[in-house]
Amino acid sequence: MTMDALRQYIDLYREHPQLVEGNSADILNRPRRRALEALENMALPPVGSEHYAVTDLSSMLAPDYGVNLARVAIDVNPGASFHCGVPNITTSLHFLMNDIYASSGDGVCLQEGVFAGSLRRFCELYPDEASRCYGKVAGMENPVAALNTLLAQDGFVLRVSKGVKVEKPVQLVSILENGMPLMAVRRLLVIMEEGSEARLLVCDHTQNPDVEFLALQIVEIFAGPDSRLDYYDLEESTEKTRRLCSLYLRQEERSEVLIDGMTIFNGKTRNEYNCAFAGKGASLRLMGMGIEDRSREVETYSRVEHLVPECHTDELFKYVVDDQARGSFEGLVYVAEGAEKTEAYQSNRNIVGSDTARMFSKPQLEIYNDDVKCSHGSAIGQLDAMQVFYMRTRGLSEATARLLLKQAFMADVIDGVRLEPLRERLRMMVERRFAGEEAGCRSCSGACMVK
Amino acid sequence: MLKVNNLHAVINGKEILKGINLEVKPGEVHAIMGPNGSGKSTLSMVLAGNPAYEVTGGSAEFYGKDLLAMPPEIRSYEGLFLGFQYPVEIPGVSMVNFMRAAVNAKREYFGQPPMSATDFLKMMREKRAIVELDNKLASRSVNEGFSGGEKKRNEIFQMAVLEPRLSILDETDSGLDIDALRIVAEGVNKLKTENNATIVITHYQRLLDYIKPEFVHILYKGRIVKTGGPELALELEERGYDWIKEQVDSQNEEA
Repeated sequence: MTMDALRQYIDLYREHPQLVEGNSADILNRPRRRALEALENMALPPVGSEHYAVTDLSSMLAPDYGVNLARVAIDVNPGASFHCGVPNITTSLHFLMNDIYASSGDGVCLQEGVFAGSLRRFCELYPDEASRCYGKVAGMENPVAALNTLLAQDGFVLRVSKGVKVEKPVQLVSILENGMPLMAVRRLLVIMEEGSEARLLVCDHTQNPDVEFLALQIVEIFAGPDSRLDYYDLEESTEKTRRLCSLYLRQEERSEVLIDGMTIFNGKTRNEYNCAFAGKGASLRLMGMGIEDRSREVETYSRVEHLVPECHTDELFKYVVDDQARGSFEGLVYVAEGAEKTEAYQSNRNIVGSDTARMFSKPQLEIYNDDVKCSHGSAIGQLDAMQVFYMRTRGLSEATARLLLKQAFMADVIDGVRLEPLRERLRMMVERRFAGEEAGCRSCSGACMVK
Repeated sequence: MLKVNNLHAVINGKEILKGINLEVKPGEVHAIMGPNGSGKSTLSMVLAGNPAYEVTGGSAEFYGKDLLAMPPEIRSYEGLFLGFQYPVEIPGVSMVNFMRAAVNAKREYFGQPPMSATDFLKMMREKRAIVELDNKLASRSVNEGFSGGEKKRNEIFQMAVLEPRLSILDETDSGLDIDALRIVAEGVNKLKTENNATIVITHYQRLLDYIKPEFVHILYKGRIVKTGGPELALELEERGYDWIKEQVDSQNEEA
């Protein structure tokens, strides 16, 4: 089973290496051999094994997904069919149609020193920079990274040059759209040079709810000295969408990074966050939420490595699971021997709304020096019956009371969003989500609505 | 308005109410007193409809309707209010949103459109004045970070907003200093009309100096064992509960 699930992709590459490589860039082609070797010798971790409490990688990879190796263009012009409808927000808008880059076509005009666009193009224009960063932190021991490296042909890059502050938030809308089951192999690269600043909002959508999709995503982020990055990742897909996303972050001295992963609508999702501090005095705010009902699943695995002194991590993940949904959070904060004056706080709180929903939580701290301030906490509970009763005595229906309490539960994660229009949209979206509204562009906080 | 007949209730398999009889008419103020563990709070929870308590016998009618068949929110719309002994903190839900949801839910029940933002804020201002509740509390989460006195004033504020026909105030005096007690009691008195009624649950005569009851009931071991006028409360203050306990317990032994 394990081998079968991977075998189809290995065979696909072996049979069509020219198709893969001819439609990509040299720098993306270089590590494919290594990826192939890694995959040939790999056994996929079974569900229930360490780090995989709910995700069944084999069954997620098993369907016979098509992969668009020939880069057949989807007959959609995103620039014509989408416009950004968030009030009070103007973003520079970019698209990944499945895994093909497309600009919004409205003459995306960013500042000097900023590249926002196709990964393949970036590799052609800036080969030195691209080869310095591409694949440098995503390790081949991760099956998602290895498979992505084997097949990725394009993706998105945001590169901000030294000292440049990008004023407009950059928005990447990733859309899954096809008539047949499809795997989109996406690769994101974010390079923040010294002293640069940017905000990036990534929205994942699925257009066709009847088709099975797999989004296989690797995100590599390099935060240079004194850089600032806010990275928001919002999934609003469908029950038939599978998502395997691994994010890798390297932070240099005094860099400040916010990573926020929000799963509002999904099918089965596994998000991995691999973060490491490579320079003193850097800080990371790592947070996220998941709202799961029916048979949806979400799994989060985070690993934050404090390898140098004086860095700060603040981690908060919250989940609500209802019906037969399943959720899992596993987080490790590792503080190395020399990483004195580390401050690291990790919190995972969850509400289980039904007898059949399941939540797994595994917070971990590993500390190898004495001069640190660290804490971690985890809680799994139900809505407070006395709070519900109190609200009902004032005239709120049970459903309204529960709704308000679930919204309130997510309030601190929403408040952590520093992009104000996004925060307000998100508040409304979470409210509607708990109220039972179906997925749709109209409720999306990215709100690049179909006209 | 309220007729309680032979009411029995259990929680966690333990019978707490063992046959309560009580009738309240418009314009009346009733005090329910009794030693700890006699079932006072249970009675208030059962009348307000806390699903944690199971009614095992008897009936309660509210304006001719079966109170016990109604969910808590319907009891609220019909005009029943419970002032909690321990007001519940609800982090993340602002007081103003909470009250707006409450007011509009009731209006919806009676087929009225939601209140306009202007009218709502005006009403909030007026009602706050009744218990001298600070404006800043409105933007805070429900009861979160409120002092003991603020929590109890907040209960009476909510009572003022919801304009109930029957208010049950469960130990509203507990945890209050003398000034807060006066403000709370005056608030209750300002809201008093000949058409509404109040049941005051308390341990102490002190509150009854401010809120004057016509009837004083003594609850002991899940039953109302004695009913009298205001003088009964004074007698309790003087003599304690032991003489009542002895009376009842010896009667029980005889039986």
